Amino acid sequence: MPRKAVSFVLPRLGMPQIVALIIIFAINSFLSPHFLELRVQDGRLFGSLVDVFNRGAPVALLALGMAPIIAMRGIDLSVGAVMAIAGAIAASLADSHALGFVLVCALGAGLMCGLWNGVLVALLGMQPIVATLILMVAGRGVAQLITEGRIVTFANTDLAWLGSGSLLGLPTPIVLTLAMLVLTLLVVRGSALGLLIEATGGNSRASALAGVGTRVITIAVYAWCGLCAALAGIVAAADIMGADANNAGLWLELDAILAVVIGGTSLLGGRFSLVLAVLGALIIQAMNTGILLSGFPPEMNLIVKAIVVLAVLLAQSPRLAGLGLLLRRRRP
Amino acid sequence: MTPPETVPLLALRGFSKSFAGVNALDGVDFTLQSGEIHALLGENGAGKSTLIKTMTGVVARDAGTMQLDGVEIAPRSTGEATKAGIATVYQEVNLAPNLSVAQNLFLGRQPTRFGLVRESEMRRRARTLLAEFDLDIDVAVPLESYSVAIQHIVAIARAVDLSARVLILDEPTASLDAHEVTILFAVMRQLAARGIGIVFVTHFLDQVYAICDRITVLRNGRLAASAATAELPRMELVRMMLGRELREATAARPVSAPRESEPVAVFRGFGKAGYVEPFDLALRAGHVVGLAGLLGSGRTETARLVFGAERADSGSVTARGQQVTLHSPRQAMRLGFGYCPEERKTEGIVAELTVRENIVLALQARRGVLRPLSRREQDEIAGRLIRLLDIRPPDPERPIGLLSGGNQQKALLARWLATKPAILILDEPTRGIDVGAHAEIIQLIRALCAEGMALLVASSELEEIVTYADEIVVLRDRAHVARLEGEAVSVPTILAVIAAEAAKAV
Repeated sequence: MPRKAVSFVLPRLGMPQIVALIIIFAINSFLSPHFLELRVQDGRLFGSLVDVFNRGAPVALLALGMAPIIAMRGIDLSVGAVMAIAGAIAASLADSHALGFVLVCALGAGLMCGLWNGVLVALLGMQPIVATLILMVAGRGVAQLITEGRIVTFANTDLAWLGSGSLLGLPTPIVLTLAMLVLTLLVVRGSALGLLIEATGGNSRASALAGVGTRVITIAVYAWCGLCAALAGIVAAADIMGADANNAGLWLELDAILAVVIGGTSLLGGRFSLVLAVLGALIIQAMNTGILLSGFPPEMNLIVKAIVVLAVLLAQSPRLAGLGLLLRRRRP
Repeated sequence: MTPPETVPLLALRGFSKSFAGVNALDGVDFTLQSGEIHALLGENGAGKSTLIKTMTGVVARDAGTMQLDGVEIAPRSTGEATKAGIATVYQEVNLAPNLSVAQNLFLGRQPTRFGLVRESEMRRRARTLLAEFDLDIDVAVPLESYSVAIQHIVAIARAVDLSARVLILDEPTASLDAHEVTILFAVMRQLAARGIGIVFVTHFLDQVYAICDRITVLRNGRLAASAATAELPRMELVRMMLGRELREATAARPVSAPRESEPVAVFRGFGKAGYVEPFDLALRAGHVVGLAGLLGSGRTETARLVFGAERADSGSVTARGQQVTLHSPRQAMRLGFGYCPEERKTEGIVAELTVRENIVLALQARRGVLRPLSRREQDEIAGRLIRLLDIRPPDPERPIGLLSGGNQQKALLARWLATKPAILILDEPTRGIDVGAHAEIIQLIRALCAEGMALLVASSELEEIVTYADEIVVLRDRAHVARLEGEAVSVPTILAVIAAEAAKAV
């Protein structure tokens, strides 16, 4: 049994991502000699490296939900808005209700959002990009209604612990992300879901003719993504002890999609890897941190990010080998 | 027959083309006279579309010469072919449906003044052009607001106006009703009278005899026949399209299972409007029912209805003595049905998944998400079926897309055998696979039948199907027109039924 667990956690083709992450870490530690330094204070690990993992947690959580969707040739643009909704609910209820109730409400809202998307895509046959665009726009409005247009702050330290506390010597968001990774792996790879998702993404007509219940799976996958997004929203709100409906999770859907794509999942569907999607989220965050450390003006951030992303994608491209051959042949 | 002094309008000699080592065209000659309407016939994969594509420069030919009016031409694109005088109108009209009729007619060559399009001048010229075809329509509205027949005529008008000498019509009548067909035929006759040579690709034999002067039949990439329509009787034509040479293969037929065996599934009045006319069908254990007929006759459609891939709107199904609903492949699968579709690549395999994953897919889908097959069970099932069906290479972890067509087909059979089906529906199980795998799959069909499986096999290979079928349903024009059993199951009888029905319809 343990052997089997290892076999499905191991990335199939993880080399480009791992190499990219190591290179970025190396550049970061060149820019800031203390980057790789770790120290323990009050029974908790501190350091820039820990920071990268901690700051990367929300996008990593989003990527865990996004990867199976993209593997089924879908996309979810609404995750940023769902984060805002969940954050707004958690922040609004935090000081008046028990933590358990707060979490159930926030996560339940995310689940409902995911189900909504899934129903639009699977039952009404809408294109995923359009179907989820609806909630991307409307969701932020819903979040603003919940916060009544204000930035809602709270003082509940139990909820704050989810964003800034520590567990087992690690910041809570890291532990939560790892737990979600393991849970998602168990759900997806421990059941037949992974195979059926990859089959549907690879050839939905063939899968339907083989008896795969593609609709139910589609709805389930979107619902799961909503749940992941809600958790990310709770972590983000807990971190700042407040909810800002306008800015929470803003544009993070793009980072999440990017993380999944960097993790080697094709937007055309098929094979996907949860571990590599999380690794993709870390690559993005490590770059963000590196640019801050370098003292480049923050305006450079997006451009540098674009270049690095292009490099990682090119490294995965099977065409690149062909292109190299072509260039070599052109030379006399 | 042509007097030697007349130069044919278009003469192709020794056209050959192979894709990945398979000969799609093998030394085909084709001659088109000025003012002639020439039918180009053949079943799927006979090489019709490859011939058209090589003629019009869509794909490069491997060998062969082509003369238009005695002048050697070698178009390398449809643009060059059009310039040379060869225009093609496809079944799916290749125009822009959202642009106006006039814009479509003059796309890329709009009359301009100072670089601006002169809309009114363009419309005036469009009206004049369409008047030649007795078509008086508003040329300013989008093309899509007109019927397919008018869209075809607009496409033809555009092609002819681009100084076409040769007009290729690729299945123009497939989506037209009878009245629209007569309109199109009038246009074709008018063009022929103007000296334009027309190549007419169709599956409707009645139309061939109604309008064509000459018929060329392709089979398996070779020229099967080319003759004046009057000299090629319908029966002979059907035989040319379907049969290589008619062997009396009936001797190899196995003894039929006893007729009394209880049917596993019975379909009564089963059908769907506009898809397949209602039919009765009984599938028995150890019994093979063959579906025979020309392309487009409703073979695949029947198979899809029986599997629930297409929802029937009339009739009832009884499986194992109980009335059941059959609305989806999932329901069919739970009743013990399996289905290997004709379109292996688009509806069968999941190319990037491994052979093992493809084999266990249907079984896993039936068990549901929550009862996953362990990796050991998957390995055992895949390994056993790979050995049983001799799938090569015997590597369960290879992506199935890298296997040859025959081995992909075997893997798809394995996918359904893994579910231990009571009824297996095979649509063209031997299409596009090499001779060796061909024989193996036929052997397998016989073996499955002997083990007591009920089979429904749709096939265009008549010599093949008569060797294993206990009963043959002959289809024509999306209806089951005859049921042959026992001694009647033979190639000549099937051909006679297809041709007889064709004759009656005229």
